[in-house]
Amino acid sequence: MEKSDLKVKVLGTWSSPFVMRARIALNMKSVNYEFLQERLWEGKSERLLKSNPVHKKVPVLIHGDKLICESLIIVEYIDEVWPSAPSILHSDPNERAIARFWAAYLDDKWFPSMRSIGFARGEDEKKAAIAEFEKGLVLLEKAFGNCRKGKPFFGGDQIGYLDIAFGCFLGWLRVTETTSGIKLLSEAKTPALINWAHRFCSDAAVKDVMPDTEKLAEFAKMIASKRRGEAPPKS
Amino acid sequence: MAGGEDLKLLGTRQSMFTQRVVWALKLKGIEYEFIEEDLVNKSSLLLTLNPVHKKVPVLVHGGKPIIESKIILEYIDETWKERPILPQHPHDRAYARFWAAFIDDKLMEASKKAFALTGDDQVKAIESTVEALQLLEKELHVKKNFGGDEEIGYLDIVAGWIAYWFQFIEEVGGFKVMESAKFPCLDSWTKSFLQVPTITQNLPPPDELRFVFGAIRTATCPK
Repeated sequence: MEKSDLKVKVLGTWSSPFVMRARIALNMKSVNYEFLQERLWEGKSERLLKSNPVHKKVPVLIHGDKLICESLIIVEYIDEVWPSAPSILHSDPNERAIARFWAAYLDDKWFPSMRSIGFARGEDEKKAAIAEFEKGLVLLEKAFGNCRKGKPFFGGDQIGYLDIAFGCFLGWLRVTETTSGIKLLSEAKTPALINWAHRFCSDAAVKDVMPDTEKLAEFAKMIASKRRGEAPPKS
Repeated sequence: MAGGEDLKLLGTRQSMFTQRVVWALKLKGIEYEFIEEDLVNKSSLLLTLNPVHKKVPVLVHGGKPIIESKIILEYIDETWKERPILPQHPHDRAYARFWAAFIDDKLMEASKKAFALTGDDQVKAIESTVEALQLLEKELHVKKNFGGDEEIGYLDIVAGWIAYWFQFIEEVGGFKVMESAKFPCLDSWTKSFLQVPTITQNLPPPDELRFVFGAIRTATCPK
């Protein structure tokens, strides 16, 4: 109980899906925290480099004098330190293993394939990247059917670990749809996930930290022009 | 004994990832059936149980597959509570998970590249491997084991490939970075890790590893 009274801070950015995971988890547990915003496009701050010297990335959870890095590890930490309901991870070891498996898949394979769509040069590369990405969505649609057992979320009646791990990418998925001109989540191919996405984004723990798609798209343009070495837009 | 007839492990004796699961099961005294897989001709059982990645190890408990070695280790620890392998406190668990991910992502990736590449690309990969090892060396400072305990745990098990497989990766890959003078803590940890009976009794013979790594290098090395 003493542990859960210590000051909590999250080092991150409003645009990072990984930072969102930490914030959603804290919101689920009704834990107050200070959000320390990094301006990564201006370079990595001393504060970030000290807090995460190994990877130099956000999010970092600061709990008292402890630093916890890597978003999924942070989510598990939050679930363990504040074990009161709602639970983020399922109590059954097999369900936990399935959720961890798909979360690792999302981070190792699926999200990188989404980024490939944005980085693709030429129509052929773009088509190939989208095809690869959509294969992953088909797997996730099936996994959702298996995990949910007729309930609204991967986690059951409430959002859980896998909902958080996946749902955090919805903002960037919508931006990718806008910039590529292709509907990636569709009624035809991913009917269950489309509905899940609406429910997830409306969840009380999510709605205030899910970035606005237009704002994210503007941000993406700004980063892209910075990368190309252009002057920032006047607006 | 715990486990019994409804616990199977699909894997290969040479796989560092399979051996992690073997060590965990044996440390906890859990009985299981080992099914040796041929990774060149993958069985329909493996492809059914792990259709996404088609890889070993796969633990099958009561007919349900559990995939990915680190996930299997957590599953084993949550299902069979005797002789815990993960630490108890949330912060220590986060620490163990963080460094396990680092070992499997950063160090493994760099080592694989150092193994498979040649020329300048190999030089760069070797530098990355050394950097990763230096970070681990720092973490081991004043500790006997990665977990800081007298007995080996999750992070030692995950790091286990460094104590044994790594030397063959170097040998077949044609590079050498692990020297006791440069990495005294890792060297000391390796020596005590390889004295744990469960570990020494469950290591593939050197010639088997040389053969497998040799075959992989021939297949993947750029001409």
